[in-house]
Amino acid sequence: MENRFKVVIQNFEFHYGPVLALKDLNLSIRPNQIFAILGPARSGKTTLLKSLNRLNDLIFGTRHRGQVYIDGQEIFSEQMSLPELRRRVGMVFDLPTPLPMSIFDNVAYGPRLKGIGERSRLGEIVETSLTAAVLWDEVKDRLYSSALRLSGGQQQRLCIARMLALEPEIIMLDEPCSGLDPISTASIEKSLMSLKEKYTILLVPHNIQQASRVADRVGFFLGGELIEEGPSEEIFTRPKVKKTEDYISGRFG
Amino acid sequence: MKISRHRTQQIAKTIIWVAAFSTLGVMFLILYQVLREGLPLLHLQFFLGPPRQMGRTGGIFSTIVGTLVLTAVAVVIATPLGVGTAIFLREYTRESRVSRIIRFGTDCLAGVPSIIFGLFGFVFFVIFLKMGWSILSGGLTLATMILPTIICTAEEAIKSISYSLREVSYGLGATRWQTIRKVVLPNAFPGILTGVLLGVGRSVGETAAVILTAGSSFLMPDSLFSPIRTMAVHFYILAREGISMEMAYATGAALILLILAINTAANWLMYRYVHRG
Repeated sequence: MENRFKVVIQNFEFHYGPVLALKDLNLSIRPNQIFAILGPARSGKTTLLKSLNRLNDLIFGTRHRGQVYIDGQEIFSEQMSLPELRRRVGMVFDLPTPLPMSIFDNVAYGPRLKGIGERSRLGEIVETSLTAAVLWDEVKDRLYSSALRLSGGQQQRLCIARMLALEPEIIMLDEPCSGLDPISTASIEKSLMSLKEKYTILLVPHNIQQASRVADRVGFFLGGELIEEGPSEEIFTRPKVKKTEDYISGRFG
Repeated sequence: MKISRHRTQQIAKTIIWVAAFSTLGVMFLILYQVLREGLPLLHLQFFLGPPRQMGRTGGIFSTIVGTLVLTAVAVVIATPLGVGTAIFLREYTRESRVSRIIRFGTDCLAGVPSIIFGLFGFVFFVIFLKMGWSILSGGLTLATMILPTIICTAEEAIKSISYSLREVSYGLGATRWQTIRKVVLPNAFPGILTGVLLGVGRSVGETAAVILTAGSSFLMPDSLFSPIRTMAVHFYILAREGISMEMAYATGAALILLILAINTAANWLMYRYVHRG
């Protein structure tokens, strides 16, 4: 396994019962970059993300074949601890999902599970995480009020903060801006750009423009297959495959 | 004959109003009857004094204690068992033969008349396990009786928690038990409390199963192995054996006030819980 890749996926296939959601996937992802996963609905994007932190394990009747390595470690091996894996590979979902508790408790949820209990240490983590997600200034005076009272954009940034509080290595965002207004979207994109210095980022963008704004590399998926993968400017200016070109120029999708 | 749409509307509306108001009416009639006869007899001495002359005079203090202790024992035993079963059904198994059998069993138990539970309790707890007529036998019997209700309501409450909250919790590195403790149970709490309250109501009002398992002694209990008499049983005996209709009504009024107090406390608890933080 070469060191320059953070994630290496080899001959990977994923099934929900009889449905094949990902076909023979080979893909390597470098650290400190934003990798955008592009494709129409039902092309396997979310399945890919939820395979990397094994959240798909929660669903009954799923199967996989092939290997996924993170830092050379096979994630489907017996020795892999799931809570540990999910702390290393943080995820933000397409809809804001604050837990019904205070803002503070939301962000402290992950660290507390790890066994961090001191108030001062938790306070630090909460502040750093909220600052990194560009939310601190808006909520610092009401950390103990319910997270459900935040606006949609704030809730989504809270979810990002909550994920950062895990101190992950890889962060995955599944259409984090769907349902958000352009201003919230811009502030989330801004925080992504600064986050990539520390993390490996996998992003399912909510449209092609967003991918072209933030991504370093892009993979185009269709029907569970990786059609084309390459540096962002290449994919957006001179794609090699006809299907990619059609999708990017808006002929379908 | 064809009835116009407007006419159907009116008829439906009338039927619904009649239904709602006859329900309310019957409820008020019962409350009015019991409270009119019973309330004037309620004074401190009645609540705090011991029954005298088989209950013809005196108070009902020991039966109030009996009711509260017996109900507490039943709820304390049935709640963890019921909630545990509900968690097992929802979080630890998928729809399977085992879960279907458990659910079928609880559905059947929910429909069994209380006297059957009483008979079971008498044979099993009182005779076979030699617990005698006691708070423990009665409490265990009532626990088996209210268990299906608690399982069913707790399961519904757990079922209604969205999958995405669980997914978030697992995604943040929680184990299954951490997810249950920190996400599932707190959010299911109001629903679980409703089930427990239904159980409390049934326990407080039960007579047949209690007479068979906890006895009907109105002496003050001094341990879990003492027999007791609950307010409902006291009421039943006073009325059934023609000891004193007046005292029966007074006991009935006190019973209604007790249930009112329990429900008010539970509502307050629920309100505090929902509006926390």
